[in-house]
Amino acid sequence: MSLLELDGVKVHFPVKKGVIFDRVVGHVHAVDGVSLKVEAGQTYGLVGESGCGKTTLGRAVLRLVDITEGEVVLDGTDLAKLPPEEMRRFRSRLQMVFQDPLGSLNPRQNIESILSEGMAAHGIGANREERREKIKAILAKVGLPADALSRYPHEFSGGQRQRIGIARALVLEPDVIICDEPVSALDVSIQAQVINLLEDLQEELGLTYLVIAHDLAVVRHISDVVGVMYLGALVEEASSDALYAEPRHPYTKALMSAVPVPDPEVEEKRERILLTGDLPSPADPPSGCRFHTRCPWARERCATERPELLDMGDGHRVACHFASEIAAGELERTGGEVVAAARPEEPEAAPVTDDEPGSAPDAGVVTAK
Amino acid sequence: MTKTEKIQRLAELTAGQESTSGASLWKEAARRLRSSKMALIGGAIILLFLIVAVIGPWIAPFSPTAQTWRDEVFANQGKFVNPRAENWFGLDHLGRDLFSRFLVGARQTLLVGVISTLIGLIVGALIGGISGAAATLGGDAGRRVDSVVMRFIDMMLALPSLLLAVSVAAVMGQSLTTVMIAVGVVQVPIFARLLRGSMLAQGGADYVLAARALGIRKRRIVLTQIVPNSLSPVIVQCTLTLATAIIEAAALSYLGLGNPDPAVPEWGVMLSTAQRFFDNAPLMAVFPAVGIIITALGFTLLGEAMREALDPKLRG
Repeated sequence: MSLLELDGVKVHFPVKKGVIFDRVVGHVHAVDGVSLKVEAGQTYGLVGESGCGKTTLGRAVLRLVDITEGEVVLDGTDLAKLPPEEMRRFRSRLQMVFQDPLGSLNPRQNIESILSEGMAAHGIGANREERREKIKAILAKVGLPADALSRYPHEFSGGQRQRIGIARALVLEPDVIICDEPVSALDVSIQAQVINLLEDLQEELGLTYLVIAHDLAVVRHISDVVGVMYLGALVEEASSDALYAEPRHPYTKALMSAVPVPDPEVEEKRERILLTGDLPSPADPPSGCRFHTRCPWARERCATERPELLDMGDGHRVACHFASEIAAGELERTGGEVVAAARPEEPEAAPVTDDEPGSAPDAGVVTAK
Repeated sequence: MTKTEKIQRLAELTAGQESTSGASLWKEAARRLRSSKMALIGGAIILLFLIVAVIGPWIAPFSPTAQTWRDEVFANQGKFVNPRAENWFGLDHLGRDLFSRFLVGARQTLLVGVISTLIGLIVGALIGGISGAAATLGGDAGRRVDSVVMRFIDMMLALPSLLLAVSVAAVMGQSLTTVMIAVGVVQVPIFARLLRGSMLAQGGADYVLAARALGIRKRRIVLTQIVPNSLSPVIVQCTLTLATAIIEAAALSYLGLGNPDPAVPEWGVMLSTAQRFFDNAPLMAVFPAVGIIITALGFTLLGEAMREALDPKLRG
């Protein structure tokens, strides 16, 4: 059995309106039925564009937002049904590293206080001295000097702050760490440091990660298994190598084709899939396949029937009715636009549709008018 | 290099870069406050006021209640004695030394300001704190509690402050305690709203989410995470309120709702008495008025300086 299993997790936020009394007028389907498994000691990467629900899913796993429906099973215990006090005690096994390293540290607490608070809440370490020793050991592990203890968050650099955030998660000796965009707020040079640190720690302590990111390169580098999210649901899931080598869902294909290839000759000949339209509102998601409004291969069936995430035989799970047909090249495109990546003869199109070369590919937002 | 070596090296490098200051935000704010001219001037005024309030009765040259020059004032009906060498601020209508009354009155004025601010702060912070805690971490039930409490606070805010103070004073009768409570009650909704709003803003911060993820108890999150980060505007408001409280207390005394005992001098009472003789002796009103204005200015300057010192955006 997997260490962490999500089964049909849904998070719906009520939309309220009203002058005096709030009435629920609808729901934002932030996460709409996600099932995935994270094996012990592995890293599961979750990618998707902004607003696809990946952060909400991460928070739902920790029950920082209410789970509307579904199960989050950690090591045999369904977290979604735990009463609050038991859930509080369970939190030591499931920790989180946040996107904004400064914002996630209380500016008025020094590092010792930040790191020891969680330990005190879970009864780790008998007294202050014992806790301090443990904190020092962890600080050394994440590459921070021991004299950091008495200092305050604003006195550190961005990378150091993120390492404090990681240390805060580590002191509780968790099984699973959820990293919500752990490096997107950091400089590129520091990103590599923090990612390597996360990998070293995983190797040393046997940690399991659920990494949420929009940076395809980061996710590819760190993950064993990658899941692609679109509008609150997984559309594709495969081992990192398989997914990047051969994306099968139309959305993933578009996502991957937005990443520039650092070889001018390949880049010249490469084709890009441009998605039309914008990301639909999660308050009013499209019928059937969530992606059919923008899919270049959409058929009538896509608008009525929601495809399930099905194993295509080799552990590669895709939520598309026509995945195998598209892979075999048997299906004609019905919409969208496929263009060469480099188009010097079309100067006016460049600023509208092209990603700036070299930018972090927050992909999928490429929109053709 | 092995991985452990690499991390060790990283630790050494970062240790070299950083000074080991370990200054908390409060300490830094205090440092910035010390280097602020506004704080310096405000602080000097307040210090002077405090000294006068404490030692006033001892340094007053004459008794504030004795009608020492009674015969002189009563003899020339309607003519008041203006400042002169013997009586720096002149005499009042009963032949008392105004300078002595001014010095002794400072204590009452300070007392009114401090106590009414404390009443407003304590009651307001309690209401606002409970409301803010309920709204941020109490879930749906907490949000309902919060909106009920806040509607009540809104009702208090809807009443004009002076009217509210006058009604409290009218119900409780004429005394100094009444003035303090009346002025304090006016401040309650302001403090409550301020702390609640500040807590609400902090409640959504990532570090609160992080504390919840750590499994820290909600009560502790409120007390160690949210409240300390929400206090800055409240502290600033305190100093500003001290200024307005002194003025409002003076206004209530002026309206005749203050301490009816003429033996106890207080700047607001002095001002309201002087009003009756304003045509003949305008200077009688000027001294307590200027005293109130300068003291209020001192507190306002300090408050503004503190606002700047505590603002994290100006940290540098």
